[in-house]
Formats: sequence, structure tokens, C-alpha cells
Amino acid sequence: MENPTTTQERQRAGRDVAIDVTQRDPDLGQGEPATDVEAIFTLDSVSVHYGSDTAVRDVSMQVPTNEIVALIGPSGCGKSTLLRSLNRMNDLVPSARVDGDVLYHGVDIYGAEVDPVEVRRRIGMVFQQPNPFPKSIYDNVAFGPRINGFDGDLDNVVEAALRDAAIWDEVKGKLTTSALSLSGGQQQRLCIARAIAVQPDVILMDEPCSALDPIATLRIEELMRDLAKHYTIVVVTHNMQQAARVSDKTAFLTLEVDEGTQDRAGVLVEYDSTEKIFTDAADPRTEAYITGRFG
Amino acid sequence: MSVLTTPRRTAEQIAQSMASPRSRSTRERLFESVLLAATLLTLLVLAVLLVDVFRDGIGRLDLSFLTSYSSRTPQDTGIRTGLTGTLSLMVLTALFSFPVGIGAAIYLEVFAPDNRFTRFMQVNIANLAGVPSVVYGLLAAAVFVYLLNFGRTLISGAMALSLLILPVIIVAGREAIRAVSPSIFNGALALGATPWQATYKQVLPVAMPGILTGTILALSRAVGEAAPILVAGAVFSRRADNEPWNLFESFGALPIQIFDFVKRPQEGFQIEAASAGIIVMLAVLLIMNATAITLRNKYSKRM
Repeated sequence: MENPTTTQERQRAGRDVAIDVTQRDPDLGQGEPATDVEAIFTLDSVSVHYGSDTAVRDVSMQVPTNEIVALIGPSGCGKSTLLRSLNRMNDLVPSARVDGDVLYHGVDIYGAEVDPVEVRRRIGMVFQQPNPFPKSIYDNVAFGPRINGFDGDLDNVVEAALRDAAIWDEVKGKLTTSALSLSGGQQQRLCIARAIAVQPDVILMDEPCSALDPIATLRIEELMRDLAKHYTIVVVTHNMQQAARVSDKTAFLTLEVDEGTQDRAGVLVEYDSTEKIFTDAADPRTEAYITGRFG
Repeated sequence: MSVLTTPRRTAEQIAQSMASPRSRSTRERLFESVLLAATLLTLLVLAVLLVDVFRDGIGRLDLSFLTSYSSRTPQDTGIRTGLTGTLSLMVLTALFSFPVGIGAAIYLEVFAPDNRFTRFMQVNIANLAGVPSVVYGLLAAAVFVYLLNFGRTLISGAMALSLLILPVIIVAGREAIRAVSPSIFNGALALGATPWQATYKQVLPVAMPGILTGTILALSRAVGEAAPILVAGAVFSRRADNEPWNLFESFGALPIQIFDFVKRPQEGFQIEAASAGIIVMLAVLLIMNATAITLRNKYSKRM
């Protein structure tokens, strides 16, 4: 990182805003004495339903600040659904319903007082397919600050975000060209830059490398390690090596069939430090998945 | 050992087995010519029409035909009232129908909850697009001419045309908005945009060429309509210009003017003046369609 001072300052400014959420709603914040102050997310018995189907059942876990948490598991186990419940992107699906508490800095983000737009501003998201806006590179990064009423020097913010996303050197000469002219890996780093530019607290990544080649994947992984110095990252991945390489903690989810009702739902099997999960998993299902015996 | 095995064959056998059977290629060629004939038939009708109209009308078409008001003698008559009336109607119709149509399209595509009422509205808007144009004229006559007492004026005519093309604009607008990848909308939301910001700043710019094309094509349909504005009060005999800002004046229009020429007894009106009028109207339509295509190409090339 070439200008860490400004980055950290911006980051701190972002944190201050985030802490304000807690203060705005004191009842919710104080009602959870057991909440670890270091935890940015505390999930308590979270279930996500689509209509009458249950996608994720009864997940409880904590996401510590400035760490990378990987969600792994076989297809259809609800990893992406769980991730999308962390910034209320599931709201877009009319039939989706979340039970249990998703506490962010102690505030239930599904509380009646909470504005989903504010939640998404603090909890950024990078999608599976790079989805830059069909506009210039500059406008892609500047969009977030602009809509959030930023009135400082936009050029600085754009440059800092592009530097932090390790793409500045590749695009600095062509900021006004279309973002769609970039390669897939560059587009994904641009999307990360775009997310950073609104100074979020957390970045959620939904299989950010699945559409990329191995070299572009490696660059994103290096970038994630860099970003973890200042941001908390929750990443869904199909790639177990990736989880092992980048994450501090790993959660293994699997699809469980209810004996009585035959309903299928994703459940959290095991959540521990990545090293423990990959070398000494407590649950035999985790070990079976990790060693490639199923999934 | 698998049950299904591919037998080894010589290159000659393979070449033979891959040669296209004669019967199939004949059938395909026959089918292709039927399709070609269908296309040519359409073009042929258009060509006959154009040749006929141009042969009759091109001699009568000159600058004075464009700049003269209607007259009792075929040699002196002109289409000026119709031309200014049609252009005024076009401007007003666009002003009324574009904002309302796009507003409805955005609501239905982005904000409307998925419930019975929304589906009811969607079905009805689609049905409205198929209602005969004269019905819209009668509606406009009842509501604007008499109920609101606008009289047989330019604004009543523009309202009739607006009602006529609103459903078409809404349907075209919805399709253009739906064609924008949801990942753009989601990407904007994930940056803390409100649904309205995501729509206005990201989705609409991408959808705009499609929306504009749909609107201009709908307008060009409206320009050629005679029935609704006739019912809403267009006149044959006006000898003055129409301007879009003079809302409460009587008005003429190109199709009405042509209709007037055709029903007069003299050949100079029936054939020459009417054909010249048709050429003018075709030119207006052609210009509009060309504008639609240019806009679409320009916007879609930009990014």
C-alpha cells in the first residue's frame, strides 16, 4: 500500500460512522451483554427461509474484526444465502425471511428501526460475476461516494480506492475509458475498489474468484490478505485451497435432511480457526468434505 | 468393456456417411425459398405502393405545396396546416406520454410488489395496447372535449394520441428496463444506493436507448393515425399554423389533410395532392424512424 496514512484515516472515519449505529439504538446494543466486543457480527440462531423452504437453519457464529472468515460447503448448502443475509441483500427476494438475530456491532440489522440502505453502505459486497457499471472506470469508483453525499476531493478517494484494490497502476492512464474494457480479473478488482470507496466496515465476497483464471485468482487472494489489515472480510468459496490460503477462520456448512419432515436445509457443522478445520477437524463430516470424500 | 462401441471405419466410409443426402438438401432449399417468397411479397406490396404514390405525387410536390394553406383550387392548395398541426401534436404527445409512460414502466418493473393488483394492472396495460385507436379518440372526445371542456382543440387531439401510445411506451419501457442485467441494480444497492438511486443513476441510463427507440416508434405510429384525432376534433379547413404552445386552438394534421384531399371530387386533389401529402407524411415517418435508429446506435456504442 503506497499511502497507508490516508487509508487508515479514511478507515477510521468509516469506523466512527459505524459506531454511531450502536449509539443511535442504545436499547438494542445494551441488550446483548454476552456480545464479544471484538466481534463485528454475532449470529444467533439465524435461519433463512424462501417461502416455505428453509435455506439455512439455526446458524450461530461470531465474525471477529479484521479477520477473514471463509464459508465453505457443498453446492446448495446455503453459504451464499447466509452471506447475503449479512447485508440484507436477501431483502430483494420478496419471499425471503430471516429468523434469529444478525447483530452487527451489537445492533440487530433486521431491527424495525434499521434502514437497509445504511446497512449496505457499511457492509459492502463483491459478487461472483464481476459487475462493473457500464461507465468509465472513474465513475464506477466515484458512484458510491457520490450517492453517499461525499463532498471532499473525489479524485483522491478514487485513487486511494484503486490503489488499495491493487489496480491503480494498471488503470491510472485510462480512468475515463469504459470499465467493460478491462479483463475479468481487473473488473473484479475494480468492483473491490468500488466497494472500498464507500469506506465500509466489512466486505462480503460471494465466490469472488469463481469466474477468474488462476493468475487473476491469486491476485485477488493477495489483495484480500492486504485488505484484511483494515477490513473484516467474509468470503464464500467453493475452492478449499482458497479457504486454506486466505482465511483466518473457516465455517463448514452442509445440507442436512430432516428425518421427520424430509426438509433439506443448510446447517453450520463446524466453525473454527482455518488451521484447525483443515488439519484436525472435530466433526467427521468436515474432514470428509475437506479430504474430498464428498461434495 | 462398454456395450456401446464405435466400429472402426475407413476414411472413405466416414466421408460417405457424412455426405448430405440429396433429398434433405432439396427439402431445405424448398423451405428456404418459401421463406424468401414471404419476405419478397411484403416488399413487393410496399414497392408497388411507393411507386404508385411517387408517380402520382412527385410532380405536385414543391416548396409552395409545403408552405401553402389549403385552397379550393387543386393547383394552389398546400399542406402547411397539416404539417404544423402534426408537428405540434407530436411535440405535445411526446411531452405528455413519455414521462407518464416511463414512470409507470419504472414502477411496474422496479418497485411494484408482486401481488394480485400489480398483475391485474400489467395484464390490462398489455390489453390496452391492442385497443382500436378510434376508441381512444372517443374516450378523449368524451373526457377532454366535453367533460373538461377543452373543446375541439390541439390539446384534446394530443391527449387522444397520448392515451393511444401510453400502453405501447409502458410495454417498451418495461422491456428495456428488464433487459438491464440485475447485477447492475444489485451492485448499486450493495454500495449503499437506495433503490431509486440505483434505478435512476445506473439502470435507466443503460435502458434509455431501448426506451427512446420504443417511444419514437410509438410516436411515429401516432403521427399516422387519423381516426382518434378526427373524433377528438381535428379540422379540414383551418388556414393557419398550429404551434405546440397554443393549446386551445383548432388544429389540422397530415392524415386528416390527406383524407380531405382524397374525398374531394377533382382529380388534382384526389390523386396529385393526396399523393404529394402521403410523400410528406412518409418523409416525416422516415425521419422519425431514422432518429430512433441513430439514437439507439449512438447510445449503445457509447459504452
